[in-house]
Amino acid sequence: MVAPAFEYVAAGSYDEAVRLLADGGDEAKVLAGGQSLMPMLNLRLARPELLIDINAADDREPSVTGGVLALPALTRHRVLLEHDLVRRHCPLLAAAVAHVGNVRVRNRGTVGGSLAHADPTSEIGCCALATGAQVIARGPGGERTVPASELFVSYWTTALAEPEIITDVLIPARRPRQGWSFQEMVRRTSDFAIVAVAAVVELDERADTITAARVALAGVADRVVLAGPELLTGLIGGTLAGGTLPGGTLAGGGPAGGSGEDAAAAAAARIAAGLEPADDVHASGKYRRRLVRVLTARALREACARAAGAAP
Amino acid sequence: MTRRRLVLSVNGGDHEVWVLPSDTLLDVLHDELGLADVRYGCGEGVCGTCTVLLDGEPVNGCLILAVQAAGRPVTTLRGLMGPGEALHPLQECFLRRGAAQCGFCTPGMVLTALDLVRRRGRPGRDEIRYALVGNLCRCTGYTKILDAVEEYAGRAAADARDEAPS
Repeated sequence: MVAPAFEYVAAGSYDEAVRLLADGGDEAKVLAGGQSLMPMLNLRLARPELLIDINAADDREPSVTGGVLALPALTRHRVLLEHDLVRRHCPLLAAAVAHVGNVRVRNRGTVGGSLAHADPTSEIGCCALATGAQVIARGPGGERTVPASELFVSYWTTALAEPEIITDVLIPARRPRQGWSFQEMVRRTSDFAIVAVAAVVELDERADTITAARVALAGVADRVVLAGPELLTGLIGGTLAGGTLPGGTLAGGGPAGGSGEDAAAAAAARIAAGLEPADDVHASGKYRRRLVRVLTARALREACARAAGAAP
Repeated sequence: MTRRRLVLSVNGGDHEVWVLPSDTLLDVLHDELGLADVRYGCGEGVCGTCTVLLDGEPVNGCLILAVQAAGRPVTTLRGLMGPGEALHPLQECFLRRGAAQCGFCTPGMVLTALDLVRRRGRPGRDEIRYALVGNLCRCTGYTKILDAVEEYAGRAAADARDEAPS
């Protein structure tokens, strides 16, 4: 297929892009890496009259200040994968991006574009939720900060207003005794996730008691979702022995808890029970829910082991 | 929609073209410049047959606009070949190993594999497999392609050793 004809303008700054976007209204679309928008045009799933190219609007590099990893929105996936600051301060994201697209997609695709596209199977969106990231969005009235937990609304829909553009993604840098894990099931490497899970776990100063845990999931709803904190309460306060969760020692096992199951499996079962993934051509909802249980338990265990320094 | 004039720098030569803003780089390279080694496969960035190097990095020709490539170096498979269409050593490996059958995927395979070897030196077989995951081949079953890339990477590494000052 061939994309419908459209006009094109390259914006030299975000302010110019926002102006153009406000003038263009519904008929204008922002072009960043183009690895999702361009296929949608080629398949004629989108028919904008104007593309506003923001690739020349910014040339900043990732940086770390005050415990926050600041990613300019135009940071390419390949940079996320390879950049020393990203690998050190958000290894979860670097690991997750290895699952995104192929080498050509990673050379062009951007972190801000991925979040703005809001695909419900997005690995990057999943990491943004699990890490408690925020985006800075610029609109005609200036900038505002939107937490990732409020950004995703539904299929390919965000809480951004029409003339707003994401300019920065701010991720709390990995703290000491914080462990992470990214788990994904696909039929073929580089496919859209059937289910993906990102988990972050934090331990106390003695590195044996869980003080915080966050789990985000992709491929299970109309958007990437963060598991409710109440589903993880059984995990908080749990103690690790040699980086592992002992089986059946934590309270609140939930429906699938009990003997022989550790707190990770119990939390995973509670999270899965609260989801109603849809059937589609790639997988049934039932299979997806099963994957949530398996992958979430694995992710929590691996995150615990990393937090305790028992896994690389 | 108005056509615009731009200069594309392809395989070391400058080409003046008139393009629609919505023309992809693939459209212009294939249809306007007659480069049959850049091919339409899926239009979604999945199959890799339109792979070209832009600023030296593999990109999807079907997912980038021609206007975005103006003034930036573009390399297609032909750009790797020597005078008189002499084959690139990686192409020689593809021939020797039987890694091309119908040949439709071959330009994308070669460009992607070359980028991998340039960046990674001597990648392992799993790494080659991962790098080529976005290049689909419906003929070979991939094994011979992996063999060819592995052979080339080994030779390139040996050449680099020989050329290094001792």
